[in-house]
Amino acid sequence: MPKSYKDNEFDVIVIGGGITGAGTARDCAMRGLKVLLIERHDIATGASGRNHGLLHSGARYAVTDRESASECIEENMILRRIASHCVDETDGFFITLPEDDLEYQAKFVESCTAAGIRAEIIDPEEARRLEPSVNPDLIGAVRVPDGSVDPFRLCAANMLDAKLHGAKVLVHTEVTEIIKEGDTVLGVRTVDHVSGGAQEWYAPVTVNAGGIWGHGIAEMAGVQVGMFPAKGALLIFAHRVNNIVINRCRKPANADILVPGDTVCIIGTTSTRVPYEECDNMKVTPEEVDLLLTEGAKLAPSLATTRILRAYAGVRPLVSADNDPTGRNISRGIVCLDHEERDGLKGFVTITGGKLMTYRLMAEKAADVVCRKLGLERACQTAVTPLPGSELGGFRETVKKLWTMPTTYQKATTSRAGASARNIEKGVGLVCECEEVSSGEVDYAIRNLDVHSLTDLRRRTRVGMGTCQGELCACRAAGMLAAAHGCAERARDDMREFMNERWKGNRPIAWGDTLRECEFTNWIYNHVLGL
Amino acid sequence: MTLQEITGSAHNFEECMKCTVCTAYCPVVPVNPRYPGPKQAGPDGERLRLKDPEFFDEALKYCLNCKRCEVVCPSGVNVADIIQEARIRYSKSKPKLRDRILASTDFMGSMVRPIAPMVNGVLSLGLTKSIMDGVLAVDKHRTFPKYSFESFEGWFKRNAEASQKQYKEKVAYFHGCYVGYNFPQLGKDFVKVMNALGIGVELLDKEKCCGVAMISNGMSEAARKNALNNSAAIAKVAASGMRVLATSSTCTFTMRDEYPELLKVDNSAWRNSLLLATRFIYEAVSSGRKKLVFRDSYKARIAYHTPCHLEKLGWGIFSTGLIKMIPGVELIHLDSNCCGIAGTYGFKKENYEASQAIGKALFDDIASAAADFVACDCETCKWQIEMSTGNKVLHPVSILAEALDLDLTAEANK
Repeated sequence: MPKSYKDNEFDVIVIGGGITGAGTARDCAMRGLKVLLIERHDIATGASGRNHGLLHSGARYAVTDRESASECIEENMILRRIASHCVDETDGFFITLPEDDLEYQAKFVESCTAAGIRAEIIDPEEARRLEPSVNPDLIGAVRVPDGSVDPFRLCAANMLDAKLHGAKVLVHTEVTEIIKEGDTVLGVRTVDHVSGGAQEWYAPVTVNAGGIWGHGIAEMAGVQVGMFPAKGALLIFAHRVNNIVINRCRKPANADILVPGDTVCIIGTTSTRVPYEECDNMKVTPEEVDLLLTEGAKLAPSLATTRILRAYAGVRPLVSADNDPTGRNISRGIVCLDHEERDGLKGFVTITGGKLMTYRLMAEKAADVVCRKLGLERACQTAVTPLPGSELGGFRETVKKLWTMPTTYQKATTSRAGASARNIEKGVGLVCECEEVSSGEVDYAIRNLDVHSLTDLRRRTRVGMGTCQGELCACRAAGMLAAAHGCAERARDDMREFMNERWKGNRPIAWGDTLRECEFTNWIYNHVLGL
Repeated sequence: MTLQEITGSAHNFEECMKCTVCTAYCPVVPVNPRYPGPKQAGPDGERLRLKDPEFFDEALKYCLNCKRCEVVCPSGVNVADIIQEARIRYSKSKPKLRDRILASTDFMGSMVRPIAPMVNGVLSLGLTKSIMDGVLAVDKHRTFPKYSFESFEGWFKRNAEASQKQYKEKVAYFHGCYVGYNFPQLGKDFVKVMNALGIGVELLDKEKCCGVAMISNGMSEAARKNALNNSAAIAKVAASGMRVLATSSTCTFTMRDEYPELLKVDNSAWRNSLLLATRFIYEAVSSGRKKLVFRDSYKARIAYHTPCHLEKLGWGIFSTGLIKMIPGVELIHLDSNCCGIAGTYGFKKENYEASQAIGKALFDDIASAAADFVACDCETCKWQIEMSTGNKVLHPVSILAEALDLDLTAEANK
């Protein structure tokens, strides 16, 4: 007889709506568990949405961390199959510049091969032909199966699939207390940031997938997980300078990866230890911008004259293991803690460490522990079952299968929603002109993808992520949200917050055309619209 | 160095501030809902195309390449160039037979000229027009420019070349296909006026069509061949310090700006030597170097239409300034509007309605101007205005030839 549940009872509660939490919720739901996912802000708000979006081949870790490298290449190949609409199969170069040691290349290729990563030495001339933006002074190049992956899309697709498998998702809901009885975690108490209501939720197992904030969640449960917050700053350029990922063929260092992602390209990162208290408010410093630009121009000289859209920073959820003050040499390995075994606390699991693109493996490990604790034997299916949107293959295949004479907006929608684009109407016109987001796509997101604010909408549709940074679209999208939520005042406040958040990212790099655009935007919103 | 050179991006499309004034001024947007407009087709679309060429939209063919977007852009973005370059780089559609015929203005001209009266007769038959409409998709409403029995070059060699030797000061003349094959009279007027100014005229060594029709019909390789040919011919003359003058604003614009921007033909050695005839004459007269003596009896009320490409050159003022020098002329400067023909664009059946809708504002303006005739520096504007309004259109150089007392002018410039 199937177990009967009350409305607030589940098999498992997952805390954290980043990629790890979303993946864990999907995995558990696909194994037939009744899942509740709780996120205090929105999907991919933390490190999941603040990274390169690099689909590592593993080559970067091949020399220093064989285990991570092998994990990467396996997951890389899996994501190409199950998340084809989130992945861009660009390939990557590891280039050797005159100031680098060309001997490192041999060691690099050998390590890659040992880890199962295809690494092919190509002629510098061939590298320049394949990627015209690459530094023409390069003296060596190795081609590896790197790619790019859209973290927001990946996160949203996992969450959507979890819901399709019966999971309940609560965003803008914060865990305020872990409910314990003796040495057992029974559930969580939450507050809903939209309605203000408090509630209790119960499940035999609670998974802490809070990324860097998992540190605090563990403390709430009375256990210690020593996190190592390492800030990484990145710059987004206004268009794709390169179509192949460019890395430096040397020991991993600052600002040595340039990733083409969607319509932009991203240089990063830096690595600085930050106090845990600062994790909620990351600011990019002028020194970091300088470093990123200087080092970036070594990968692709044209970056020096390309318009920069934004600067941003994320915090890596590394688990502190040694005394390296930079955090560079810490293993990016996956850490899955069963606190019953570790601390004698029943019903509580922490999944952390890892990387964006090994999220699926992290989720599998966490779901294995959850099932074991529940005494169930259910096989993981996430490595073979495509995510919603990826059923028809990659962008070009999907476009071909869906439309005979696609318009630009249909192509753009397909590039974001994959096969789900067939469910999206054109609507009355474009909301975001830079990224070609139709009102139909915005409407679809509001109705199906848990959108409460403009920022939520941005993560799901790229509204406001283009060159104009919300100048033309924020107002239109706010109008649609006002209609959907029946409240103009809330939408107006939301729009103000959204524009301020855009400015936060523009500010560290506000010169040249970016500054002109900011001034123009300011003029429209402050002086014309009177906000 | 301008402020934009210091602060701007090396990638011109990134200087777009999304103000959308280009789309507001685009003549196609209000009449053709399939055209996404210059902002979206240009700077916005470029980012998407850089991500994946799959984002190229064949609807970019609806761009007239009138360059009005570039004229209005406050950020100096070469919007139309971005659109035309995208067509050259990404378009998969091959030019049709019709497009090839329309684009090959000088080839057609030289083939047809010996049998011009017959061709003109056949082309004006209703039956021919219907067949062309059905088979080639050349719109049946269109009147084809008549071919001349004698080419301008032929006339020049027989009647004018010898007498040019008497002049010490000389200019070279780029006559273009229209003067060459359809309307040698304008070339004859040009020679008349220049001679009256005491200037001799030479022809270029084997000039070819400037290539504008090939560019807009997706034949950029062929256009580039012509560009290289013309560039060499003009460079040779310019190197000797001689000016090269043209009567067609579109040919002038194409050779000055489209050669380097779109066809990647470097014209820096001679770009400043190539001028529109009206600008050359205006400057020569206003500096006092040359004199014009007009006939007292010349009286006319003239409405001037600035062609889009002349607007882009920023030289409309020289043509109107020149006409205003004629004492008996009352000049009405028509509002800045595109006539809708855009070279071969309006000849295509699928564009006919849009073409006429675009031109409507201009046609209405002309009707209310109640002028004796319209003046304009562009041949295709002339066809469009003559067909659509019934008004006669004259080139400013032809007006000068008519209004000047040629003998007295020649005397004054001795």
